[in-house]
Amino acid sequence: MGEIVSLEELAAEVRPGCKLAVPADYCGVAMAATAAIIANRPDRLHVVCVPVTGMQGDMLIGEGLVGVLETSAVTLGEAGGAPRFQDAVKKGSFRLMDATCPAVHSGLIAAQKGVPFLPIRGIIGSDLLKTRADWKIIDNPFAKGDPIVVVPAIQPDVAIFHAPEADRLGNVRIGRRRELVTMAQAAKATIVTVERISETSLLATEDSAAGVLPALYVTKIAVAPRGAWPLGLWGEYAVDSAEIARYAAMAKTPEGFAAYMDGFARRQREAA
Amino acid sequence: MGDYTNRELLIACVADLLDGIRHVAVGASSPIPAAGAMLLRARNEQAGKPRVRISVLGSEEHNFFTNGGAELFDCTAQGRVDAFFLGGGQIDGEANINLVGTGDYPQSDVRWPGCFGSAFMYYLVPRVILFREEHSSRVFVPKVDYVSAPGTSEGIVRPGGPHALLTGMALFSFDKTRKRFALQSAHHGFTAADVKANTGFEYDAADIVPETKAPNAATLTLLRGRVTEELSESYPQFAELLRGERMAAA
Repeated sequence: MGEIVSLEELAAEVRPGCKLAVPADYCGVAMAATAAIIANRPDRLHVVCVPVTGMQGDMLIGEGLVGVLETSAVTLGEAGGAPRFQDAVKKGSFRLMDATCPAVHSGLIAAQKGVPFLPIRGIIGSDLLKTRADWKIIDNPFAKGDPIVVVPAIQPDVAIFHAPEADRLGNVRIGRRRELVTMAQAAKATIVTVERISETSLLATEDSAAGVLPALYVTKIAVAPRGAWPLGLWGEYAVDSAEIARYAAMAKTPEGFAAYMDGFARRQREAA
Repeated sequence: MGDYTNRELLIACVADLLDGIRHVAVGASSPIPAAGAMLLRARNEQAGKPRVRISVLGSEEHNFFTNGGAELFDCTAQGRVDAFFLGGGQIDGEANINLVGTGDYPQSDVRWPGCFGSAFMYYLVPRVILFREEHSSRVFVPKVDYVSAPGTSEGIVRPGGPHALLTGMALFSFDKTRKRFALQSAHHGFTAADVKANTGFEYDAADIVPETKAPNAATLTLLRGRVTEELSESYPQFAELLRGERMAAA
């Protein structure tokens, strides 16, 4: 539990065909680990975006590693649309499971609670229901005339994110990004990269313990300074907007994308 | 332009549309809705009215949620979010919105990011303001290619839905029973004929369509002072844009 390993050993947890949960850009995206995963080329990944993705998802798609994409949106934010995603959608390169943000949260919360599904308001009348055969409408068993959508539990094989710090016991600081707790508790394994290792226990005081994911839910940890770059990390550093814009421009073509990815792992390390 | 810019007018319109709410959530990339909310907050404070709470999603400083990304949706389902803004690559005359793409799904001709939380928020937030600056028949279509979220629903629990449609050219209200927009006013510099020519769906309109109410001097003073200052924190580029446009118009 919460074993501290090398980035390569951590990345090896992501195997071909596995269901991989990744957080939104504001939550701590493990970009250094993404470069390490890409080097291993695990294909047919079922990527669950919690609840949306950006550059990380676009890169995995561009590398041809995604078999299923379950997401509420893919966007590079201010830099515009995600080019490899848009291109792959047009070509039908993977199975697309469009979702809506709270439905992804609900699916993970169901898995977190060990129940098969969770009811959720809204959605009825949206075209989402036409293609999400796994979402169903039931009658509220407690009241008449209240049809409601139920979404099945989402249990990822692996959840991965980047956080400011972990301690030697494997506890990870997640602050108020509570969806990371949900992701980790829902997943079979959770791998985390961190900026640094704290020599004192994060559970030492009430204040610090309140924002911690306990080691019980953490499989492996690797140190990756500036490990979210070019994305930002809450409380630590801002997104490198110029770099995201550079990616957005280059990734418009497969050739440009390949040129961007050539040496990305090295540039990622050098950003530290 | 008159004594105000088009963006200043939109911000003042947003503040008026939000009048009476307690809590509004705005996206980190929605500066005009955020500015309108800040203007209302400043105005209420001056008038001694209840304080307006603004949650800027994705902001570290202007977001008081502590329970992660799910909290906005929980808070909404609890009835604690009074107003929200939605847009769309396409919006049709029944207020259906499309955030997914054009052409046949899933291999869309043009693919947009995706539904985000729209298939939930549109149903549950009492006052959803549809906001899209671009007013063209490319956006305002007879029928959306994909329904991310429908404008109206029958036979389900739905306390929320469309309240108004604000564009760079005009302001519409929406009648849920008739599933139809009505043109309320055209902004300074535009006519009812301009609106007609650039809207792909049918809507109601009076024989004489008024010009959108101009922001008064007190509103403009607040907007150009305090609100622009507040905007600089979360939306620095937009605050600069407002200042620049104002200089050019002066």
